[in-house]
Order: sequence, then structure tokens, then C-alpha cells
Amino acid sequence: MRIALFATCIVDAMYPATARATVKILERLGHEVVFPSGQACCGQMHVNSGYIKEAVPVIANHVNAFDTEDYDVAVAPSGSCVASVKHQHPMVARSCGDKDLETRATAVGAKTYELSELLVDVLGVTDAGAQLGSYFPHRVTYHPSCHGMRLLRLGDRQARLLGSVAGIDMAELPEADQCCGFGGTFSMKNADVSSAMLEDKTANIAATGASLCAGGDASCLMHIGGGLSRQGSDVTTLHLAEILASTLEEPASVTGEVRVTTGKATR
Amino acid sequence: MSTYLGMPSLPVHGTGNLHASESFPQAAHRELANTQLRANLGHATHTIRDKRIQVVSELPDWEQLRDAGSAIKESVMARLPELLEQFEKNFTARGGVIHWARDADEANGIVAGLIRETGETEAVKIKSMATQEIGLNEYLEEQGIAAYETDLAELIVQLDHDKPSHILVPAIHKNRTQVRDIFLREMEGVDRELTDEPARLAAAARAHLRRKFLTAKVAVSGANFALADSGTLAVVESEGNGRMCLTLPETLITVMGVEKLLPTWQDLEVFMQLLPRSSTGERMNPYTSLWTGVTEGDGPQNVHLVLLDNGRSAALADEMGRSALHCIRCSACMNVCPVYERTGGHAYGSTYPGPIGAILSPLMTGIQAEENNSLPYASSLCGACYDACPVKINIPDILVHLRSVDVDSKRGKKKIPTQMDIGMNAASWALSSGKRLGMLEKGLPLGRLAAGPDKKITKLPGIAAGWTQSRDIPAPPKQSFRDWWKKEHHAPGTAPAAAHDQEDQP
Ligand code: SF4
Repeated sequence: MRIALFATCIVDAMYPATARATVKILERLGHEVVFPSGQACCGQMHVNSGYIKEAVPVIANHVNAFDTEDYDVAVAPSGSCVASVKHQHPMVARSCGDKDLETRATAVGAKTYELSELLVDVLGVTDAGAQLGSYFPHRVTYHPSCHGMRLLRLGDRQARLLGSVAGIDMAELPEADQCCGFGGTFSMKNADVSSAMLEDKTANIAATGASLCAGGDASCLMHIGGGLSRQGSDVTTLHLAEILASTLEEPASVTGEVRVTTGKATR
Repeated sequence: MSTYLGMPSLPVHGTGNLHASESFPQAAHRELANTQLRANLGHATHTIRDKRIQVVSELPDWEQLRDAGSAIKESVMARLPELLEQFEKNFTARGGVIHWARDADEANGIVAGLIRETGETEAVKIKSMATQEIGLNEYLEEQGIAAYETDLAELIVQLDHDKPSHILVPAIHKNRTQVRDIFLREMEGVDRELTDEPARLAAAARAHLRRKFLTAKVAVSGANFALADSGTLAVVESEGNGRMCLTLPETLITVMGVEKLLPTWQDLEVFMQLLPRSSTGERMNPYTSLWTGVTEGDGPQNVHLVLLDNGRSAALADEMGRSALHCIRCSACMNVCPVYERTGGHAYGSTYPGPIGAILSPLMTGIQAEENNSLPYASSLCGACYDACPVKINIPDILVHLRSVDVDSKRGKKKIPTQMDIGMNAASWALSSGKRLGMLEKGLPLGRLAAGPDKKITKLPGIAAGWTQSRDIPAPPKQSFRDWWKKEHHAPGTAPAAAHDQEDQP
């Protein structure tokens, strides 16, 4: 299968290791990965902050980059950005009366999958240890991000994939379904409430005794990781793609700092 | 035909207790500091939450019930004028009197006038959101009429001269010791030895209320539903005090928002399954009272209904927001909301707090009324409210819609753009082209430099300071993914090349 990677802007710029890990997983399964280079961002920060007019060019750019016959399905290592592509893009196009953009956005959305969705539903991965060689000998807890859980209905796909990694010790997160408080610009506009939510999330993470918290959305992980770092905790966050890509020979870095763990690039 | 919704043609905005007088972040900052409140709220919301999940999961057709509830409400909104006329005809034919109120002032004036006509200066009240919304109690007090709340929690709040903080559990922010102190201070003839035992507190309230029920000649109520095909009103409650108010006095005055209508008796079947399970987490509420006009020799002989617009037609006029009017005030969205759970209801200013309040208040008042434009931002858009809502109001989508209404209503009116405006503009430029984003990513090593040896950024200026108040930002990587892909990626079995690069968008 020819799979187009939508890296998402935050992963592209801040967490490249997550995108590399995604590529690695898909190539390991024997698929070809392409990277439509016109891509930038899904525009949900603009939409969710009420700046629809400013969101339109961002959305149009995404649709233009992915409206090609050059791939079979697209994938992003983010539930939130995929939900935006699937739900917000057609909605915004409709609200500004752009029929053509709406049609094309709907078509792109229909071909776009969140990583665990693609792995489980399309590529038939049920045992990461056996099928991907995933190996990660750490105690890990997992935060299911809201948009993956409630907008994409990912259910336990991410958790099951993680649980099937060889060597992993999964610790259940109390109140896992509670939002971490990120919410994009909410974290700045309503910083006090957001921080209060984050405090409870990090306390629950600490209570599990895990050495790191995994998840499927880099933005939430940056939020949770940023809070843990500020509190002086040793616990860090890591995207599930990096855990799935981790093998005995090439283990993922778990120090929390943004690092390159695949390919030849220096650390 | 006399009047109906939509006349006059310009929708009137709601007045009364629908406004946040200070911005949500400011109010939240203060409320968050109240640790007692946070503990009470956290405990109470989690308890109701768990109960709700349990009774909802018992019903195999819960999702279909939600769909049905949503579809019925949608059809009501589409046919509102027609259904209101049908209701008016049936209610009037059975001896009831209908009054139409455009806003809070009109409604208050009508109720006060009706009470005055009876020659009474006291009324008992059933817990009602609509009368809180219009500030009826305060208005009546100014007119020399005393209105006594008979719902236990409302009574506590009223005696304490406070405001409710939750639509279902108005005194959720008070614990029982506080309640005892309020009773001792404010309740006439109360036992001075009163303790904070729940049974003793309930007995004290009961004795107090009995005196009121037996002397009151006038009752004021709200209504949960109105059935157009029969002209029937319905009140759903737990304590039975509502039933007392609906049956003992001679005059019954009901104030109801026009959106509470249902087309037929049969529709009640759907809502009587949705409402109790969503609100109190009970399979069925203890008391459901229904009345149709006047029954000779039985119950109130003077039956009035004030049909209230107060911004509802303004909400109805907003195509993206109108489904907020489907709300049956069950409070499930509040109980699951991580923001409400921490700030409580007072932070929202309006009678309607929590997720539904954050959309309903600005829809009814207009986005720029007082500080109501801060309400749609009071959400992380986690979506828990939408999942819990028995009539499937897509609250997150409406929140986002109202944010855009807020942003658009300020366009071109500001002399100096805000930091947010500037940031969003610049980001729109940078993020609408892979090339431009790629170019900017070349600056990542600079951010890395700024982060310093501990590889984290701990202080940012301006609005971004909100982030760094409790979180660090990791040092950016040396190289973006895009750059790595271009320069170093090669598919298994092929040579490294930049051959994958496709046409860039300009
Ligand atoms: S919006 Fe939905 S969940 Fe919230 S109070 Fe109204 S009906 Fe209940």
C-alpha cells in the first residue's frame, strides 16, 4: 500500500522522532510511505480559536496537498488533527460557501486515518510484538486523548497496541478519560483552569508508578510533559508511535527530551 | 392569532440573570482558590456522574432514545410558532390563561400583576430555571411580594441570600455544617438545638415549608414540558414539594420558556426516560405532575402560563447555535465537565452554568453583552458534554461557532489588534504553505539555543505566559521532520535521495 504521511505541524517541527517512528512502522510492514511536501497544518488551532477566516487558507493548503491520486490512504500520528481533517475541514468549507473545497475536503477526510486506526483496522496489526518487533521494557501508563476517544471513537485500539508490545509493563491510569487541560489556546486563555486540570492529570500519572506516559497526540503529550517537567518529575511522555517503533536493536529514547531515535541524524 | 414567536421581526435579546459581569478567566481564578468549593464539587459531580453512567448503561436503546429526543426537539424548533398556537388553543379551552412575555421585564411585570390581583403578598415557588433567569424573586421583593422557594436546596440558597451554583443541585457548593448555620441564622422558629445531621436538617426544612404550604394562596412554578396536542404542562421533581405547590394554592402561575414545548403526549415517553437518568441518575423521578388548565373543584382554579421569549428567538435565529434550545436542563453536561467541576457555577455569571450555559447565555443575550463573549472559551473542547447530553446537543461545535461569532464581531472595530489577532494572522500565513513552514523550521536550532543547557523553555512573554505559568516547553529539535525526509530518508532497499520531493504549493 502507498501511504501518505500527514506529519502534523507540531510533530514536524517539535517531535520529528514521532514522524520518523511512524514511517519506520509502516515501512517495516512493507508499505511505501510518501510525504506530500505541500502539507503544513490542519488548521484546528485557528478554527478552535474562532479565527475561521484565517483557517481557510490553512485548510485549503492541506486539501490541495492531499487531494492527489498518489496514495491509497493517508495517516497522521494524531487523533486531534485527523478529527479536524475529517470533521472540521468540510464544515469550514461549507460555512464559507466553498462547494468545491467541501467536496475535496470530504474526499481527503475519508482517506485519512489516525495511526492506531490504520494499524488495527486497515493493516491488521493486533500484536505489535510479533508483527512489528516492538520491544519496550518499561513501566508505561497511557492517556487516551479526548479527540481520538470522542471524535474518532478509537476505543481501546491504542491501548491494545501498546499492551501487545513485548516487554512493556502497562499501568492503568486512574481517571484516564479526563481531559489533560490542553485544549489549544484554552491553555493560555484559561491558564488557571487548564493548570488545575493538568495538576490532576499529572498526579494520577505519578500515582501509577510508571516511568512514562504514552499517548497518541503530541500536543497533549507536550502539555502533560511540560507540566511534569515543571513539577520536577522524572516521569516523561512519549508518543505511542515511538514505542511501537522501538525494538531490541534500536530502542526508543525515553529521556523525554526531543531526540531523534531513527535514521542517521545525530542526537 | 394574537402574537407568536418571531413577532416583532427583530429577535429580542434576553435580559435578566443571563450575564457574566466579569470575564470567565477572572471569575474562575477566584473560584479556583476556594478549596472547599472544589472539594464539594469534585465529590458531588463524580457521584452523580457514576450514577448516571450506571443507569444509562442499563438501557440497550439509550442511543436511539437520544436520537429520538434530538429529532423531536429539532422538529419542535422548526414548527415552533404553529405548535405554540396549538398549545395556546388547547390550554385556553381548558380554562387556562396564556400571557406572552418578550423579555424578563415583561414577564416579571405580568407575574407581579397577577399576584397583586389576588390581593396576596406571598407566594410559594417551585424550583424553576426560567424564574431565576428573569430574576423574579428579586423583582417581587421590590414590589412588596415575598416569594418562598420550596425546593430544599433552593431554600438553602435563598435563606443565605446566595445564588445557585448548579441547576439541579443549587446548593452543591455548601456542606451540611454551613446549611445548619444558615437555618439557625435565617429560619423563623427553628429549633435552636439543630445539629448538622441530614435527617434533622430535613425535618427543620419540612416544618418550615409546611407552614408556608398551608397558608399560601398563590404558587409560582416553571415547567419541564408542555404538550401541544393537549395543552398540558408537566413538572418533574424529586421532593414532592412541587406537588404541594401545584395542588394546594388557589392561583397557579407558571413561567416557561417557549422552547419547552413537545408536539404530543407520546413524545413524553422519550423524555421521561431521558431526563431522570441524565439528571439525578435515577431510573424514574419520584414525582411527575401534569395539569391541563383548570379542574373544577380540584386544585388551583386560577391557572396562568407566561410564555417567555427572553432571547430564545435570537438563539433560534442562529442556525449553527439553535440546537442549544433543545436543552432539557438535566445538568449532565455540567456533571461531566472538567472545567465546571473545578470552577463551579458562579464563575459563569449567568443562571445557566457549565457547558450549556457557555453557549446558551451568549446565544440569548448576543455575544458582546457584558462579559458573555468570554464564556465560549471556557472549554478545552474535550467533548464530554456532547457525549453525556441526552438530546445530543453538539456543545463543542457550538462553542467553536460562538468563538468565531465573537472574533468576527470585533473585526475592523479594534484600533490595535490583540496579540491573539497578530499571532493567528501570522500563523495562517506560515501554516498555509509547506514551503513557508519549512523555511521557518530552519530556525528551530535558534529555539534550541534559547532553551539553554537544561533543554527547556520555562518563561514566555505575552499571552504565551499562560502556558509557562505551569508548564515547560522542550527544546526544539535540531532538524524538522520535513528536512530529514528530504535529506536523509530512503525507503528500505533504496539509496538515500531527495527524489521523493513533490511539487510544493506556492
Ligand atoms: S445541554 Fe444537554 S446535558 Fe446539558 S443540561 Fe441541557 S440537556 Fe442536559
